[in-house]
Amino acid sequence: MYKFCLYVAGEAPNSAQAITNLAAFCQAHLPDRYQIEIVDVFREPKRALAEGIFMTPTLVVLTPPPVRRIVGTLSHTQTVLLALGLADIT
Amino acid sequence: MISAKSKMKPVQSPLAKAPSKAPTGIAGFDEITGGGLPHGRTTLLVGGPGSGKTVLALQFLVHGAQDCREPGIFVAFEESSQRIVANATSFGWKLAALQKKKLSFIDAQPKPDLVQSGDFDLGGMLAALEAQIKAMGARRIVFDALDVVLALLPDPVTKRREIYRLHEWLLAYQLTGIITAKAGGDEASAIIEQPFGFMQFMVDCAVILNHSVAQGVSHRNLRVQKYRGSSFDENESPFLIGNSGLEVAVARTPGRVDAKVSNERISSGVERLDTMLGGGYYRGASVLITGFSGTAKTTLSGAFAEAACRRGERTMFVSFDSDCTEVIRNLSSVGIQLDRYVKNGCLRMVSARTIAGSAETYLVRIKTLAHEHGARCLVIDPVSAWYKSGNDLSAQSVADRLIDWSKGAGITLVCTSLLDEMSNRAESGSPLQISALADTWIHLNYLVQAGERNRGLSIVKSRGTAHSNQVRELILSDAGVTLTDTYTAGGEVLMGTLRWEKERAERVATEAAEAAAKLKRVRLDAEEAELEVRLKSLQTELVAKQVEKALLVRSTQSHEGELSRGRTQIKELRGADAAKSGQK
Repeated sequence: MYKFCLYVAGEAPNSAQAITNLAAFCQAHLPDRYQIEIVDVFREPKRALAEGIFMTPTLVVLTPPPVRRIVGTLSHTQTVLLALGLADIT
Repeated sequence: MISAKSKMKPVQSPLAKAPSKAPTGIAGFDEITGGGLPHGRTTLLVGGPGSGKTVLALQFLVHGAQDCREPGIFVAFEESSQRIVANATSFGWKLAALQKKKLSFIDAQPKPDLVQSGDFDLGGMLAALEAQIKAMGARRIVFDALDVVLALLPDPVTKRREIYRLHEWLLAYQLTGIITAKAGGDEASAIIEQPFGFMQFMVDCAVILNHSVAQGVSHRNLRVQKYRGSSFDENESPFLIGNSGLEVAVARTPGRVDAKVSNERISSGVERLDTMLGGGYYRGASVLITGFSGTAKTTLSGAFAEAACRRGERTMFVSFDSDCTEVIRNLSSVGIQLDRYVKNGCLRMVSARTIAGSAETYLVRIKTLAHEHGARCLVIDPVSAWYKSGNDLSAQSVADRLIDWSKGAGITLVCTSLLDEMSNRAESGSPLQISALADTWIHLNYLVQAGERNRGLSIVKSRGTAHSNQVRELILSDAGVTLTDTYTAGGEVLMGTLRWEKERAERVATEAAEAAAKLKRVRLDAEEAELEVRLKSLQTELVAKQVEKALLVRSTQSHEGELSRGRTQIKELRGADAAKSGQK
C-alpha cells in the first residue's frame, strides 16, 4: 500500500497539474494500492511549516518507508517511478 | 499600490531620520543610508562568499526584535538555523531569548535527497510564512541565500516568476525584507549576468558587499548601489565584522561638521612646551608629532598621557611599536610614571600589535576601545604604522576619519608619525599627509654637530595659538623631559656639549667679572678708609696748630704788655714826662 500526502498551494497551476498527474500516475501504476491525502498549504500553513514544505507542489511518500519527497508537477513519470522504486516493474 | 504610494514621498535628506526607514543597528550603515533600510520594502544584499551577508541580515533582524519592537523571521536556505544561531552567539546577540517570541528561524534548505519532477513554485513557503507572520506579528524578514532555491528552478523564466512572486508577496505584507544572494566576483557587472541579476532592478534598495585582499591584507567594503526615494552615500565604505557584528566606517560623520570647539588648554606634559604653545594644546585638538625614529616621539606622547592622568582624565595609549609593559618601563626611565595610572584604571594601554588586520580594523578597534574606556585623551604611537597595513589610500582615509572622529567625540588626540630617514622626505612630507588636518604639528629632529646627535623640537604649526618659532633642545633625563633654549652663534644653533660649553664659558666669564668687581670695591674701600684716617689726623694736627697759634698770640700780647709796662716803669723810675711819652 502506498500512502501519499500531496501539499498544494490552493489552485495554483502547478498544484492543479500535480493533482491530475498524481491521480493518473496512481491509476496507471498502482491501481487500488494507494491512498492520497491532499493538503492545501493556504488552509493548513502550520502543517506545512511543521513538515518543512516550502516548495509546492510537494509529494510526500509516507509508506512504504523511507519517507521520500518529490517536488514538482510530477510530469516526469520516469522520475517518479524511480523515486518510488517502481522503475523495474514496468 | 503600496510601493507607489510611498514612492511619492519627497526625497529625504541623508541626515534626517525618515520615518520610512527601518534602522539596522549597524554602526555606520544607518548613517550611509540616512536611517536604515527602506521600511516595508525589499533590499537585495549581494556579495561573494564570506562577505558578511548573513551577519548583516541577521543583525538587522536582531536589532529590529530587540530595539524596534519589530519581530523578524529568518528564512535559511543554505545554512541550518542551528548553525546560524551558534555562529551568531559569538557576537553576543541573545538569540535564545529572542527566539521565543520576537525572532524565529525557518529552515528551508532543500533536502539533498529531494527528487524533482516537473515545475514547482514557492507558494508553499509563502503560505507557511504567512501563518508564522500572523502568529508573531513579524515586521521584518530575511531570505538568506535565495540563490540556493532558485538554482533548483529549471529555467530563467521560472526563476524570474518566483522572484516576482516573492517580491509581490513582500510588498503585500509590507514587510521590510532582505534577500541575500551570492555573487561570484567582486565586480558588480558580474552579478547582472546571473539569473537573479535583474532583482537588482526590481528591488528598492541594493547593497553590494565586497571582500578583497590588497597586499595581503583583507579589506571589506560595502556600497549601496541603489536606494529608491532616498539619498545615500554612494561610495564604497569599508566595514569589518567585529565583536558585536558589522561596523561600517563612515567616510565623514555628518554630525561632526560643527563639532563643539573648546578654548580650554590642556598641558602637553612638558612645561616649557606649554609655554611655547601659549598654554598647551587645545582640548579636543589633534596633535601630530613627527620625527625620525628615536627622536623621543613616544616620550613626548607619554608625557602628555601622564599629564592627562594626573588631571584624572581617562586616557588611552595605543602603541604599535612595542608591548604595553615595555612602553611603561621605557617611559619610567625618563621619569614618566604610567604604572600607577594603569593600576588605578585611569590609563588604558593597548598594544596594537595584538590587533591584526587592515587600517580599517585598527580604527574601529581603537574607536570601540576608546568608547569602552570613556577616553578623553588618546595617544596613538605611531599612526604611520597604518601605512604598512594595506594600501596608502585606505590608510590615508582612515587617518582622516580618525581625526574627524576624535574631534566629533571631543577627544584630544596625540598621534606620532614616523618619518623615514632614508627616504628623502623633508619636513613637509609626513607620510600620511595628516599634517594638513592636524591642529598642532610638532616636529622633532636630530641635529648632528660636533660629533653629537641632539634632539631638537620645533612647532611647525599650531592653529589658533600663538606659538614660539624657536627650535628648542629636548633633553631627556631620569627627572623627566625638559626643553632648553638653544644658543645661536654665528647663525648656527648650538646643542648638547656645544651648548654646555657655551654656557660654561659664559658662567666662568661672569664669575671672573664678579670677582674683579669685588676686588676693586675692596681696594676702593681700603683707599677710602685710609683717606679718612689721614683726614682725621690732619684735623687733629690742625687743632694743635690752632691751639699753638692761639697760645702764640696770647704770649705775644702778654710779652708786649710786659714790655710796655716795663717801659712805663722805667720811665717812672727815670722820672721822665709820663704824659709825653704816654701821648706818643
